[in-house]
Amino acid sequence: MNREDFPMLKNDIIYFDNGATSLKPKTVIDKMVDYYENYSANAHRGDYDISYKVDMEYEKTRDLVAKFINAQDKEEIVFTSGTTESLNMIATGFFANIIEPNDEILITTSEHASNVLPWFRLENEYGCHVKYIPLDSNYHVTLDNVKKAVTPQTKIISLAHITNVIGDIRPIKEICKFAHEHDIFVVVDGAQSLPHIKVDVQDLDCDFTAFSAHKMYGPTGLGVLYGKKELLDNLEPINLGGGMNESFDSPMEIILKDVPTRLEAGTPNIASVIAFSESINYLNKIGMDKINERELHLRNYLVEKLVKIPHIDIINLEADSGIVTFNVNDIFAQDVAYYLNKYNICVRAGNHCAKILKNNTNVNNTIRVSLAFYNTESEIDMLIELLKDKDKIMKEMI
Amino acid sequence: MDDEVKREIILEHYQNPLHRHKPEKDGYEKVNTANQSCIDNLDIYVDIQDKIIKDITFTGEACAISISSTSIMIQNLIGKTVKEALEYIDNFDKMINEKEYNADLLKDANVYDNIYKQNSRKSCAFLPYRGIREILAKYLEE
Repeated sequence: MNREDFPMLKNDIIYFDNGATSLKPKTVIDKMVDYYENYSANAHRGDYDISYKVDMEYEKTRDLVAKFINAQDKEEIVFTSGTTESLNMIATGFFANIIEPNDEILITTSEHASNVLPWFRLENEYGCHVKYIPLDSNYHVTLDNVKKAVTPQTKIISLAHITNVIGDIRPIKEICKFAHEHDIFVVVDGAQSLPHIKVDVQDLDCDFTAFSAHKMYGPTGLGVLYGKKELLDNLEPINLGGGMNESFDSPMEIILKDVPTRLEAGTPNIASVIAFSESINYLNKIGMDKINERELHLRNYLVEKLVKIPHIDIINLEADSGIVTFNVNDIFAQDVAYYLNKYNICVRAGNHCAKILKNNTNVNNTIRVSLAFYNTESEIDMLIELLKDKDKIMKEMI
Repeated sequence: MDDEVKREIILEHYQNPLHRHKPEKDGYEKVNTANQSCIDNLDIYVDIQDKIIKDITFTGEACAISISSTSIMIQNLIGKTVKEALEYIDNFDKMINEKEYNADLLKDANVYDNIYKQNSRKSCAFLPYRGIREILAKYLEE
């Protein structure tokens, strides 16, 4: 649905790599071009009209994002370069200051690298310990398993809302409730959930959430760090510089601005922030429920056909998102991706940055199809036709 | 060599690669060779005695081009002196990078003579050579 809104879809491709990045509607692209062509000035310099307009547009996006995720206050929205930077800021700017030796951080083996490595760094530098919540037989996280993994030392639970390989939706609301009863912070990696399901941070009651604009049909190089106001106030800026300070005279006399400005040092990614407003407008216009419904329909359509192909193993039969991960027996995932590329089908092969998940699945590399609402049944039919014939794959993959 | 023959040789070496196992005795040099831009990742083991390559084995996961190229490399390098092997590798390197080379020297490795047309797969074909070249260079110096 809504294919006509996406200029990229006019090219002769079938795009099944939406988990990596999504395509952009024309309104987003136009908004960015409009900034560059008509009011290309810096932010925080409101002495002339076009710069004033930049500030207005920039803050308008912040407002839209706050409403989109139902944050209590727009000051809880910090613009970053992406989910990765947001998660690093949370780990290094906030938790590094309060973590103590032997504190425990709970993650899972199916997390993306950006929700693993910042915590590994805390372990290496502060003597705390990264522990794993066991996954169930479908590689999902259950509240029961969270409860089993929590100890008196647990300080942080950091989980993807939806994982990028398994595609399961974690019970974040229930986990937050349990965690907060035990004085544990909850960090949510929302990179794969914000584009596909309704996320209400007050309803979830998570302490921090990180996500990326480019996976939400928005521009690259932009992400969001959401944090509860009282926590963000204590998040130490990693970058110091222009725009974020009130005054300074000497190393002893530095006064910083309030959040979120304090956490956005230097010239921000103005064009992307401004254009991101159109992504939010676009998602609101279609409605997240409708997007989710359409993507689940496509997933079921794909899985029903894939299971009938005997030489295909689906890794995540059970999942509530548009992510389908599989292998063709005896053929290396990347060779399948090369083969599909010959037919202009874009899929991803590899470990998808979840490098410790192999400890659970015993599979190193997989092919991942990640769907978006603009994909179609006929695109899936084409994929299935190409995967049905193993000899053809073997013949054409090289 | 026509494309169909090339494809058959590549597939044969992919499906039944030579020496895809850990060495059965001690004394092998090991090198890991991986492509940063993709997921090919191989360990190559070489047994060198008196500057002659006695044996090569490998383990790991990689695409059809990397695996077949490793198998063909093993077939062609065992029995060569370190110096001969390095010449062979230089020659292969030249072929991959569209420079003048001696096709007779490369035998079955000529199946990759068109790989330069697929930029993303050049590094797959060269993967095992990158690894083994490191080891051989050390032996040449000694």
